Amino acid sequence: MTAIEQANAALDQEERRHPALQFLGRLFREKPFGAAAGVLFLIFVFAGLFADVLAPYGFNEINPIQRLKAPSWAHLFGTDNLGRDLFSRCLYGARLSVIIGFSAAFLATVISVLIGALTGYIGGRFDLITQRFVDAYMSFPELVILIAVVSVVGPGMPQIIGVLSLAFGIAGSRIIRGAVVSVREHMYVHASQSIGASTSRILWRHILPNIMPPIIVLFTTRVGAVILVESGLSFLGLGVPPPAPTWGGLLSGSGRTYMFQGPWLALAPGLCLTVVVYATNVFGDALRDLLDPRMRGSR
Amino acid sequence: MRRLLALIPTLLFASLIVFATVRMIPGDVIDMMLSQNDLAADKLSREQLVQALGLDKPMAEQYLIWIAGILRGDFGRSLWQSTPVLELVLQRLPVTFELGLIALAVGLVIALPIGVYSAVRQDTVGDFVARSFSILLLAVPSFWMGTMVMVFPSIWWGWSPEVNYVKFGDDPIQNLKQMIVPAIVLGASLSAITMRMTRTMMLEVLRQDYIRTARAKGLNQGLVIMRHALRNALIPVVTLVGLQAPLLIGGAIIIEQIFVIPGMGLLLLDAVNQRDYPIITGVFLTVGLAVMLINLMVDLSYGLLDPRVRTR
Repeated sequence: MTAIEQANAALDQEERRHPALQFLGRLFREKPFGAAAGVLFLIFVFAGLFADVLAPYGFNEINPIQRLKAPSWAHLFGTDNLGRDLFSRCLYGARLSVIIGFSAAFLATVISVLIGALTGYIGGRFDLITQRFVDAYMSFPELVILIAVVSVVGPGMPQIIGVLSLAFGIAGSRIIRGAVVSVREHMYVHASQSIGASTSRILWRHILPNIMPPIIVLFTTRVGAVILVESGLSFLGLGVPPPAPTWGGLLSGSGRTYMFQGPWLALAPGLCLTVVVYATNVFGDALRDLLDPRMRGSR
Repeated sequence: MRRLLALIPTLLFASLIVFATVRMIPGDVIDMMLSQNDLAADKLSREQLVQALGLDKPMAEQYLIWIAGILRGDFGRSLWQSTPVLELVLQRLPVTFELGLIALAVGLVIALPIGVYSAVRQDTVGDFVARSFSILLLAVPSFWMGTMVMVFPSIWWGWSPEVNYVKFGDDPIQNLKQMIVPAIVLGASLSAITMRMTRTMMLEVLRQDYIRTARAKGLNQGLVIMRHALRNALIPVVTLVGLQAPLLIGGAIIIEQIFVIPGMGLLLLDAVNQRDYPIITGVFLTVGLAVMLINLMVDLSYGLLDPRVRTR
């Protein structure tokens, strides 16, 4: 077999594999660092989903004899002022972060796509007015909007998810709108307009599939952002109320009072948070470089 | 001038956002306010409270009354202390402004040299370390960094940041000593994005012909980088500083809470805890206006930095 034939055979084999597998192969080959971050991210999701199996103790299991114990084999991250195992609490915290991170990021992306696709495709006065609204919205710090809304709706899981998805959804619509505007002028869109396809059909069949890369990237980076902001809110006592062990909540409240006796209380939750957000960011960057080269360096 | 006119619809929408967010108070919250706050129950009846919040009138009328008040400089009064909201906000605004300004300076001092170094030494070990460092800074929540700064130095060396606030006017040195630690924490998380942006822009500028010309005529490396490359690379970085204004103020809220600095953030959080809606509305609106003003100044500063924009 000649070298060319061999190369062709290898290519054939490559093409026969499922596209998703091909993509995974590219990810590991071209972005090993990003792939490692992706694996770390999967571990986090797994830990969150199976928190009740993996955690050695319950998240609210009080044990007065084991108060403020330093990290050991029995208590990997140590214990808090009520003798609760910090490792278990962090695992259950991961579960809350997974639930909030994924559902809010998903809803936010849906909202971004709805606003972005409609304004980008329809354009005209509707677009202009919506863009001024988004301008105005973006001049408020996310945290200030969230605090103001939570002051009205009160803290709690469903409220937090709703508020976060709305806040991030509006902010993200810009990115989707940009992508739609560039796809809108393609020949195939004009072609289907000229054969009389309805707007919804064009949006659904032609625009949406072609803006999938930025949508996937937006979703991934949003998961990290949502987790970070949610923990900020919980830290301020405005997130999911105790006894739910959110990572932000673990760093505030009674935990903060006892940190001087047990510094591990200040260390573990923040470390979990940093590692997960770091992994999400690196993974998101790698995805963006592979899927959507135009967005490179945009953040 | 056109830039100012374009601000009008944005301002209108901003006021609507603030109004709609805070004024949609459901009835049960009012009951909760009365039951939570004994002081309130003594002072105000339910009707009085509804009236004080302006909820007894139709929505459109409420908005017009509120916006007319804002235009006259009347932001309403605190529900429980009956101090004018504007007075409270103006008291706190300079504190947050100072914190933000120092944090911004700290952020730039960290970001610019590392960003430039990273670009000049592209794809070396130093560049890789600098970039990883910046992505890491992006992931570390400032409230965690703040908490650790409070906890660990005090355990190891018995040192902890000052938390008894002194006004700048009373004792500038003491005040700065107090502000610098929170400002470093806040600035560090901001510097990550600026660092990346500086690097990207420097890389782009360094590829330009005029840089090659400058080098070809024998200028030393430092001069080329400082005078020819950095000045041009900085223009988009200035925009970024404008875009970071919301992040800066948002971050300041959490930092103020940790280091007990009586700025806008602490005012907002106290107001949320006491459900003092006029203060919440006031802070919300002021913060938005401040960000818009900063962005306007950034836009205008383009002309100073880049003569090409001036002539256009």
